Amino acid sequence: MDRNHLKHQVLNMRRSLFDQLEELKDDANPNFVEEIVTLFYTDSARLIQNIEQALVNKPIDFVRLDDMLHQFKGSSSSIGAKKVKEACTQFGEYISAENAEGCTRALQLIKQEYAVLRRKLETYFQVYRWRDNLDKLRLHICSDLHKEPSGLAICEN
Amino acid sequence: MYLGEAGSSSNRMKSVEEKNDEPIRKTLSALIVDDDALIRKVHLTILKSLGFVAQVASNGKEAVDVFRSGANFDIVFIDMDMPIMNGIETTKALRAMGVNCKIVAVTSRGTDVEMEDFVQAGVDFFHVKPLTVAKVIPFVERLQK
Repeated sequence: MDRNHLKHQVLNMRRSLFDQLEELKDDANPNFVEEIVTLFYTDSARLIQNIEQALVNKPIDFVRLDDMLHQFKGSSSSIGAKKVKEACTQFGEYISAENAEGCTRALQLIKQEYAVLRRKLETYFQVYRWRDNLDKLRLHICSDLHKEPSGLAICEN
Repeated sequence: MYLGEAGSSSNRMKSVEEKNDEPIRKTLSALIVDDDALIRKVHLTILKSLGFVAQVASNGKEAVDVFRSGANFDIVFIDMDMPIMNGIETTKALRAMGVNCKIVAVTSRGTDVEMEDFVQAGVDFFHVKPLTVAKVIPFVERLQK
């Protein structure tokens, strides 16, 4: 994979997922996005499990189900997980209608979208770390060569 | 009643900061009230990036206790669904205590009923999650006046 293609792929993934969260990252908080995503994974695993259990219980407590769903929707929207959030919205409609079968189907959709999101995030972080390491390596190599006043001018070409 | 998107305050904000003859902008303080650790972290980072000194509370009772201890804030961002005391109960309690800072409800539902209940409780503004930098900037401008 050439460098420009990789850069383009990383930029597109960022733009579609966490533009604003990435912009909040700084020297004091360099792992902010990974920390947020880790929290999201923990929350999501717990909520999905609780929602599954709530759908098995008879009679179904739709009020409790709604509360759990909105918690999941809130955290999904806060990391920019649009498709998971949209799946939650669909689920919410079935809860309002007290449609147990619809809720079960909607949960499957949420789990699918969540699985897709996790794969994308894992790829994103792998690419990001690879690119970060590559940049560090370039800087290291450049510092060993004779430098332009800008420091990196030779390596940019 | 303020609802929805922030508009284009960010450019104005930058020009104020660049001018040397502008009055010193005070440091704003905020309290974030949400039972979700992820939301607290995101909101805390957003507010800090905008220069706020921010504190968190994980439910309404904690928020009330923080104010009872004598703390004051320029603005409170509060969730609806929380254990022990929800956002509406907390807002009512804070107003009954004489807390008159701006209170912004930040929820994941955004239903008309919820909004009306929050307004009756004494909230000043209402946003649907997620809270973003663009949504917070207008509050910075208002509070600096």
